[in-house]
Amino acid sequence: MRPRFLGALAAAAAVLLTLTSCADDSGGGGGGTTPGANGGQIKSGLKIAVVPKAVNNPYFDAAFTGAKKACGEIGATCEQLGPTEASGSAQAQFINTVVQQQYDALVISAADANSVVPALKQAKAAGITVVTYDADVADDSARSAMVRPTTSDLVGKSLDKWISDAIGPQGGEIAILSAAATAENQNAWIAVMKQDLANYPQLKLVDTVYGDDDAAKSAEKASALLQSHPNLKGIIAPTTVGIAATAQYLSGSQYKGKVALTGLGLPSQMKAYVKDGTVKTFGLWDPAMLGYLGVYAAANVASKIDIKGGFEAGGKKYTLEDKGLVTVGPPQEFTAQNVDSFTF
Amino acid sequence: MSRLLTWDKILPVLLVLTLVVGTSLDPRFGRGNNLAFVVADIGEIMLIAFAMTLVIMTGEIDLSVASIAALTSCVLGWLVRHGVPIGLAVVLGVAAGVLCGAVNGFLITALGLPSLAVTIGTLALFRGLCWALLGDEPVASYPESWTRLGSGRFPHTYIPYVAPVLIAGAIVFTVLLHFTRSGRWIVAIGQSAEAATFAGIPVARVKTSLFLLSGFMSALAGVVYTLRFASSRPDGAVGYELLVIAAVLFGGVSIFGGAGTMWGVVSAVLFLGALRSLLLLEKVPPNALNIITGGLLLVSVIVPAAVTALQRRRKPTRNKESSCDPDSSARSPQRLPSSSR
Repeated sequence: MRPRFLGALAAAAAVLLTLTSCADDSGGGGGGTTPGANGGQIKSGLKIAVVPKAVNNPYFDAAFTGAKKACGEIGATCEQLGPTEASGSAQAQFINTVVQQQYDALVISAADANSVVPALKQAKAAGITVVTYDADVADDSARSAMVRPTTSDLVGKSLDKWISDAIGPQGGEIAILSAAATAENQNAWIAVMKQDLANYPQLKLVDTVYGDDDAAKSAEKASALLQSHPNLKGIIAPTTVGIAATAQYLSGSQYKGKVALTGLGLPSQMKAYVKDGTVKTFGLWDPAMLGYLGVYAAANVASKIDIKGGFEAGGKKYTLEDKGLVTVGPPQEFTAQNVDSFTF
Repeated sequence: MSRLLTWDKILPVLLVLTLVVGTSLDPRFGRGNNLAFVVADIGEIMLIAFAMTLVIMTGEIDLSVASIAALTSCVLGWLVRHGVPIGLAVVLGVAAGVLCGAVNGFLITALGLPSLAVTIGTLALFRGLCWALLGDEPVASYPESWTRLGSGRFPHTYIPYVAPVLIAGAIVFTVLLHFTRSGRWIVAIGQSAEAATFAGIPVARVKTSLFLLSGFMSALAGVVYTLRFASSRPDGAVGYELLVIAAVLFGGVSIFGGAGTMWGVVSAVLFLGALRSLLLLEKVPPNALNIITGGLLLVSVIVPAAVTALQRRRKPTRNKESSCDPDSSARSPQRLPSSSR
């Protein structure tokens, strides 16, 4: 009897809050737990599934740490489930599992922007809130919001700046070692990089190769790059797997210190290489924030709170941009000085 | 005794057992919604496995199937991108797949090259053509009226659109292998291509037709894959050839040819799909999933081989007799993998 009474009370309070929110725009909703920006309240006890591109990946594990933190704050249970290899067809099986297990919300990083769309639409039709984080889907009607770490523009320009700083004013030939050739994120960054290179006339992009986010393959590609372009001065690897594999290869080769390396990497994996001088500066965002905001966005929508005007998470307000995009912020730079203070 | 209890007859029982035990363990597993997903999810594998069974039964192999499926998908995508109506694009995509099968067939039977080497080559070649066609830009501009066929279900039912295709395929291929002269030829070629030639069987023609058929079924799978995932990507269906071959061997088809049944393969594909779904629902970690399926495949090869070895040790004379009797091997196509080889 008692829990039901409390539940009714909570429901009544929620209704009251929603009603008063129009009048009270200051947004302070005194309900106690977690007020949404529009005054609605996130339901407690939500079941939230986090589906990464692939498991066994420290980047997604870090994102999940953030997701768990958010779930703890809003009284939700969350679980990470995903395939061992990043492909849209493998993810479809996990999306179906989430539907069968009747989760309230699904927070997913799409391994491929197109092929998960039909499965996500089916999940949505089954009443599950879908939010993407890290990598979006091609059809924005398949999800309610997309949490992106930063903008392609900021990433591409930062990468160019980092490689230019590392090589120095004399410049020279540079190459890109990316993930899969179809990887949406990487291709967007590469496009910006190419455009922005006009501001660095001393740099000449000579090659773009793809390591498919496989450590061994990435190292092979890096080694092949260095052999086919003997004048290469720098490599940009905008992928955590690619930069770590390249750094490992460079640090044990004759090219160490002669060929600059930058890109997007995990501080935990890159620590040794910034300290031994293989890499001067690299960057990334805190993946935990992606999981954290992903869960908040999903929980708001699953609680029937309209997030069009933005939502609040961790005491900060995030706005919903065009096409349901939510941006965490600009990329974080890591150097030998600060790399130790990051745990992911 | 051993003839009655062969692996290909255990498999359908294993499948039913998985469905019953799975549903009692977790009602969500047996729900129409989930089973419909499982059927749609194994669709491409099943389509390719039908033809692969016949190819392996003749003692050959086709490793290029996933690349053919992807190439069909990419040709289809490329044509749609260039304004060709989707219906025509599908037909031309399938034609491209059949052409791939013809290339395999020509190299293997006309030039007499080993299928393993040829199809490793065409695996890379056809995949390369996919990249040449689409580059790093996947095509996803398919009308929803078509993609619905890939991921949707018949109105007011749980039956996926692909199900009738699979059922028709199962019937046609079962009849073809077990109830026609062509089927008997396939078995005979697998048991001894030389003997089959002397018996007047057109070995080269049968093998060429099978590689064409394999190309056609892979192309069909490529179309289903394209519609189900509403996109064409050059790296689509990567690795499917191994899933297909693993399922066919798990279904009791001998890798050396000459032995196997269609119902064994159909049950095997369904069983592996159902088991995967059940394990996922029960939150078995994905890392453990691969270990379990890999282990199962090994068991399916080891157990029948061990049983045969034991029987051979117990009744050495009888076994000798039967292997000397030329009729017995021809009459019993349901031999276990690796038996008497």
